[in-house]
Parts: sequence; C-alpha cells; structure tokens
Amino acid sequence: MKSLRNHLSLVIALLSILFSLQTFVIVQRSVDAYKDNLANNYSLVVVSQKRLDEKAVMNKHKLIKQALALSPDSVIKKLNSGINKKNIDLLKLSLPKFYKLILTHYPSPSEVNNLTKALLRDTSIIKVETFSKSHDTTYKLLLLFKTVISVFAFSVGIVTILLIFKELKIWQFKHTERMSIMGLFGAPTWLSSAVLFRLAFVDALIASALAFMMFTYVGSTKWVHEQFSNIGIEVVVFDPIVDFSIMLAVALVLSTLLAVFIVISHKEEV
Amino acid sequence: MDKVIVADNLSLAYSKDETIINKVSFSIDSGSFVFITGASGSGKSTLLKSLYGALKPNEGSLVVAGVELRGVTKSKLNLLRKHTGIVFQDYKLVKEWTIEKNIMLPLIISGYDKTIQQNQVDTLLKHVRLKHQAGKYPQELSGGEQQRVAMARALSHNPVLILADEPTGNLDDYSSQLIWNLLEGANTDLKSTVIVVTHHIPESMGIDYKHFHIEYGSIHEVS
Repeated sequence: MKSLRNHLSLVIALLSILFSLQTFVIVQRSVDAYKDNLANNYSLVVVSQKRLDEKAVMNKHKLIKQALALSPDSVIKKLNSGINKKNIDLLKLSLPKFYKLILTHYPSPSEVNNLTKALLRDTSIIKVETFSKSHDTTYKLLLLFKTVISVFAFSVGIVTILLIFKELKIWQFKHTERMSIMGLFGAPTWLSSAVLFRLAFVDALIASALAFMMFTYVGSTKWVHEQFSNIGIEVVVFDPIVDFSIMLAVALVLSTLLAVFIVISHKEEV
Repeated sequence: MDKVIVADNLSLAYSKDETIINKVSFSIDSGSFVFITGASGSGKSTLLKSLYGALKPNEGSLVVAGVELRGVTKSKLNLLRKHTGIVFQDYKLVKEWTIEKNIMLPLIISGYDKTIQQNQVDTLLKHVRLKHQAGKYPQELSGGEQQRVAMARALSHNPVLILADEPTGNLDDYSSQLIWNLLEGANTDLKSTVIVVTHHIPESMGIDYKHFHIEYGSIHEVS
C-alpha cells in the first residue's frame, strides 16, 4: 500500500501528460488527414484558347500535381439537336479548351493567387476558375481548427509544466530527508539518489504501459473509427511502435529530469 | 594513546556575527568514553555537528580520525562518516523504510554482503528489544523505540567513533538504560570511541569516562 502510494503521484502526473500528448497527436493527424482529403477534392479549372501541353502546364507552378484535359463532348451533346456533324466539328474547333488542375496540397488563398497569376502569364490562357468563395470558407475553417488545436497544445503545455512543478515540490519534500540522512552516514550522491532514479524509471515505465493499454483500447474501438469515417477520413489513433516509443521517451526524460533537478537542488543538512 | 579527535584553536559559527565555539583546543583519546555537557544553547550540539562534518570550522583546525575537516573534500568526509555512528536527538530515521532497513543503512552504504547485513540487523534488533517490530515503519513506534532503532543503526557497522546527541532526552527509564548499556558495550567490546552530548551524566555509569563542559564558547575538562 505504502509502495503503491509512493508511485501513484508521479504515475498520475506522467499519465496525464502522456494522455494530453497522444490526444494532441491524434488531433494533428486528423487535421492532416482532413487537409489531404480537401486537397483530393479541390481542383482548379483553366480555360485556354488553344490546346496546351499538359506537361508544360505542370511546369508552370510547383503546386500543380496533374493537368487533365476536359472533354467538351458533354457540352456539345446538349446543343446536338438540329446541328449537323460538320458544324459540330467546326464548333468543337472553335470552343476554348478546358483543363482541370489537381494540386499537390490544399493551398492557402495567397498560393491560389500566385498560381493564378503564373497561369495567366501564358497569353493563351484566358480564364482560371479557382472557386475562391468556397475555397476561402473551407480554408478559414481549417485555420480556425488549427488555431484551436494550437491553443489546446499551449494549454496542455502550461498544465504539464504546472504538474511537473507540483510534482517537483512533492518529490523534494519526500526525498530530501532520506538523501540527507543517507549523506550523514557517508553515502555518495549516486547512492543516496539511486532510489530516486529507480523510482523515476519505474514510474515512467508504469505510466507508459498504462497509456499504451488505454490508447490500444481506444484505437480498437469501433465508435472512434466511425467518428472519423463520418467526416471522410481515416486516422491511426495509436501506433504501438512509434507512438509508444515517443511516449516512453517523453516519460523517461521528464521523470529523469525531475530526479536530476532534485539531486542538483539538494542541500546537505547542517 | 592515539588521538581520535584533535581540535586546535577551533571556532564554530553559523554566521559571521554569531560565534558559538570560540578558539577552543582539546583532544580525545581513541577508545575513550566522553561526555560533553553544557547549558542549553551553549554549543554542545554545534560541536558534535562539526565532528561529523555537518558544520565546517570557521577558524583553527579540527582533525577527526586523521581527517582534517577544515576544507575537507566530499569523498574524504563520506569515508569518515562510513566509520562513524551518529545518534541524533530527533532520531533521523527514514520514514518510508522499515525499522530493519533503517538499521541496515550504514551496512548498505559500506557495501556489506546481504547475509552479513541481515545477521547484524537481527542481532541488533534483539539487543534493542525490537525483534518483533522489524517490519514496522518508524512512525508506528514510540519515541523511545525510535531512539533504540537509531542507536542500533549507529552501532550496525561497528564504527570507530560514535557520536550521540542527547540520546536519552525525553526517554523513559527502560529505554534510557538500554541505550546507556549499548553505548557502554560499544565502548568496551568494540573499542569504539563514544562521545555523548547530554544535560545529565547517568549516575549508574559502569565504566571510566571523561567529562568536558562547554560554557561561553569555551570548553574545559571537568576532573
């Protein structure tokens, strides 16, 4: 019971830090996945007086991933009635050429602006349709979402620092006395602080293991995946190798720093 | 006879304005039993602290077991403390450790084998009549019992020097007698030098001892 109490305070502090960290990672992954989703569904339409070389169009700006010529057939079909084939062929020739541009990522409004200017430098291009109104609204929503996440991350950072400082004071109170007593009987610093480092190591392992179990469970829950698929994205909630390694490293670094700080700030009793 | 402690023009102070011990010179023979008495605030405990290096001399020199404590290095001080048993007025037991582990502390620090540690602790627990309390924590014991644990800890590594700061203050007669017996035994059987800071010298002392008295910052031997 006593031993459990010794571990509990740091384990809880570390666990809450790891929980916040992983939550932030999941949210960041969701934003990235949503951004990719938006990029896949967003494209520009370029209207040109003459046929354009698709490779040449792609070279006009690094943002362009692919240029696809749009067939005028569906437009002509609507005018089909009462026009003979010869006139339709003539009409096809006189119609401007339409190209759909697929982009590498979801662009900002200024990137869209630059891209439009770069395309319009080609005199044969007469119009670039960016669907700016809908693009701007979506982009602003994404920005808002990102800002909210940044505020959340900042708050988590503050809470983490406060938690660590609180833990530091508790640890200082708890371990300084023992370290002083050991020092009075001739224990070298490494020996008098060995218990502290062992406790820090064990607590980091326990907190990481608990976080591992918690997020493995969350990651396997159907409900969580349904929420992501509802907004058309797929997100890796918990990568047992990468995410666990990061969690373990963070927990070990934090608890070791805490122990080091206590050892450094420890003053021998007079 | 070898001198275990040699103080020469020793001054001790917690701050520049407040000198507690002022330019005293004395020596203590190895294997002797010494009482240091004095009124409250006279500097008895301060002198004892200086003997285990918790307070460095401001002036003069203080040599304990061959180690000059003025400007002593941490490693030399640790070495001296490994051969010293200290009994504190406030016991200084590690709260989160059992009685058994508290007694074991000097043996752990000195790197004794686990079997030796256990045997020594078992013997001492019998001597201090606390065998049945071995698994308990300090706060579960009475003041007298805690002081007996502190005494057992101070004796566990057969130290060459035992320093005791009011070891029987506020203790019942039974615990007090037990502690005096243990200190006498350490002096006669282990040949340890014992220095006890106290207000009252027990009347029932069965061995020869020396008596130093501290007054107004100076120390003198009482014959």
